Amino acid sequence: MEEKLAYTEGAEQPIAMHPKKFALWLFIVSVVMIFAALTSAFIVRQGEGNWLDYSLPEVLWFTSAVILLSSASMHWAYVSAKNDQISNLKVALTITTILGLTFLVGQWYSWEALVERDVYFVGNPAGSFMYVLTGLHAAHLISGVIFLIIVLISSYRYKIHSQSMNTMEMCATYWHFLGGLWIYLFVFLLLNH
Amino acid sequence: MAVANISTHGTTEHDHHDDHAHSDNFITKYVFSTDHKMIGKQFLVTGIVWALIGGFLSILFRLQLGFPDMDMTFLKPILGGWIDESGALDTNFYLALVTMHGTIMVFFVLTAGLSGTFSNYLIPLQIGARDMASGFMNMLSYWFFFVAGVIMFISLFISTGPAGGGWVIYPPLSALEQAIPGSGLGMTLWLVAMVFFIASQLLGGINYITTVINLRTKGMSFSRLPLTIWSFFLTAVIGLLSFPVLFSAALLLVFDRSFGTSFYLSDIYIGGEALPNTGGSAVLFQHLFWFLGHPEVYIVLLPALGITSEVIATNSRKPIFGYKAMILSMLGITVLSFVVWAHHMFVSGMNPFLGSIFMFLTLIIAVPSAVKVFNYLTTLWRGNLVFTPAMLFSIGLVSFFISGGLTGIFLGNSAVDIQLHDTYFVVAHFHLVMGSASFFGLMAGVYHWFPKMFGRMMDAKLGYIHFWLTFVGVYMVFFPMHYIGIAGFPRRYYSWTNFNFADMYTDLNMFVSVAAIVTFGAQFIFLFNFFYSMYKGRRAPQNPWRSNTLEWTTPVEPGHGNWPGEIPTVYRWPYDYSKPGAKDDFIPQTVPLSSTPESNLPHEAEQVKLEREIMAEEGADVLVANESKES
Repeated sequence: MEEKLAYTEGAEQPIAMHPKKFALWLFIVSVVMIFAALTSAFIVRQGEGNWLDYSLPEVLWFTSAVILLSSASMHWAYVSAKNDQISNLKVALTITTILGLTFLVGQWYSWEALVERDVYFVGNPAGSFMYVLTGLHAAHLISGVIFLIIVLISSYRYKIHSQSMNTMEMCATYWHFLGGLWIYLFVFLLLNH
Repeated sequence: MAVANISTHGTTEHDHHDDHAHSDNFITKYVFSTDHKMIGKQFLVTGIVWALIGGFLSILFRLQLGFPDMDMTFLKPILGGWIDESGALDTNFYLALVTMHGTIMVFFVLTAGLSGTFSNYLIPLQIGARDMASGFMNMLSYWFFFVAGVIMFISLFISTGPAGGGWVIYPPLSALEQAIPGSGLGMTLWLVAMVFFIASQLLGGINYITTVINLRTKGMSFSRLPLTIWSFFLTAVIGLLSFPVLFSAALLLVFDRSFGTSFYLSDIYIGGEALPNTGGSAVLFQHLFWFLGHPEVYIVLLPALGITSEVIATNSRKPIFGYKAMILSMLGITVLSFVVWAHHMFVSGMNPFLGSIFMFLTLIIAVPSAVKVFNYLTTLWRGNLVFTPAMLFSIGLVSFFISGGLTGIFLGNSAVDIQLHDTYFVVAHFHLVMGSASFFGLMAGVYHWFPKMFGRMMDAKLGYIHFWLTFVGVYMVFFPMHYIGIAGFPRRYYSWTNFNFADMYTDLNMFVSVAAIVTFGAQFIFLFNFFYSMYKGRRAPQNPWRSNTLEWTTPVEPGHGNWPGEIPTVYRWPYDYSKPGAKDDFIPQTVPLSSTPESNLPHEAEQVKLEREIMAEEGADVLVANESKES
């Protein structure tokens, strides 16, 4: 009996989370730290005075609405996948991807609106911060869109269904995070610009 | 289904892991390996190469500091144009030497070489896992580090010289190409290299945390983790939270340097001409930098402390004193490391009230640090000490941690720091407590786990010689620096011969330089020992130090997947050394409590019942449990 006790099979997984999903959350933590650093820098710098005041481009309200909508359609995609409604899943993922691209185009227009206001990347840090925050967020959103497209392709190959939700869940988590991150940045900019 | 494979990797694949022959060729085995053991060794060897380069650079500027009038023409074959006609070292190159020495030692040797080596090598072996959570990410982590290294190495050879603004790269000096040659292309390459390095650290850190949390073997609860794993885990957490901030700081600096923004630049005149930048804040960079910079100190130190805990407990043949206190103090250090950064900035013109808050928080760190020192000493106290080279290096670490830590209390006081800031006192402080202590932790780790890594023993006698020369050498180098610093010598100065007050310490500086050269020379004993033993050393037994932790239950040279057959289950904490009643003076973690009734403590005797119940269930349940994991 003692001999037999000495070894049993298998690695226990004390936390019921897929390692890759967990790694994604850790990646999200590091992205949070990047933006925490930049927004704190924003506040510290603003506190020192010599700060350019300008109104935020209105198009940002539109893009914020778009990204909220895309989160909703992402959730629809997630629920569809969970219920094995594959055709709904494809539609929902396509809508999310298009909304994501629309958001990026909208952000580009917000930069044009900034230029019209004579707020440039090079100049007072108030403007430079605006470009860095939106630009860095857009860069992350592009990675999110690429992830979405990968998921969309695998949905066409019937690789996403109720028995195989890992990729889907990770994509949804990342997408909701990017949406939430933008809302944080937008509210932050509204309050502090 | 590539995603699902990872989770099942730990449970299903390995049954036949060692049966089928691997068709590894040279490239997949030694170069683009995804095996955590090989990646750990890659980090180690790369770290050693960088340590030699970094150490050599320090010898160059020590020559300048110790012998200011020396004719350095003999270095022309290596340094070329950096030695001028009269045989003097180029002043800008001196600044670059100091900068690169700091960068290389802090980031490439003591971060990547220490944490990269031992986190990769030991985490799966000590928690009972087949490999890291993601072998591919792990491989990327090494190769990003390698690319960072290549870029940094190239920057040593460009015509304007490598980065020269100090390893802290404060703007505006580092932001303006016109400022010094070292802020030109060298600085750009520095920043690019660091971006790769940050990516490498994040990939590695995410992997370490995921592995420790998700892939522990059955029975390996957090309260049974070896302290090494706790320290690697917390190091990775610190890295995950602080390296992105360095990335942000560097990103803004890149924009300032190359795109004309003014995040850190304001109202600067160069050669009588005003620069267009207005509205920036140089102090902002310091805040962002030190928010990484201070935690970085603990990224460097914590793994060394963890390794020391393990080595000291094993070689004292005693349980570590205050296991929980050790964990709590490391947690305390982790949290506190994020709220003390401004103690590097007492002279930056910050509000004195804010200064006193940071002073208070800084001094609190002395508490967990002192707890750790106390626990090391009480573990050693009346132990059956076995003086292996690893043990000596661990004790050396404790010594440096005390002598360097004490001066930290001085420097943490803002009033004292204003006098001592940027003098050799600071240099002495952090070289002892962070540099040498971590380096000794690294050495202890190499001597201790060399038999596991290469299946052979390192020569102990050479190890002793290496230890004593290095230990005495380090004190010879850094102790006099305290006096030089108190006398007011600023760091990073090319020469002091122009100042009257600095005349009296010329001989002391000469002494320091000679000691540094001897200490550096002693490292070649280690190098010889390391590479000779790798091929010609005595064959290692399975458990040469009679240690409790899981890595010693693997075969002498563990194959891919670490354990042939099943992964062992853990039944006890890793520090059952010299347990009263036990027949041996160590009980490995894999021995069930039920098989050691003679040495069980009362509360453990109760656990035996529980253990048996679980076993009985397991016996019938194993298959079901595994099946559920497959989904």
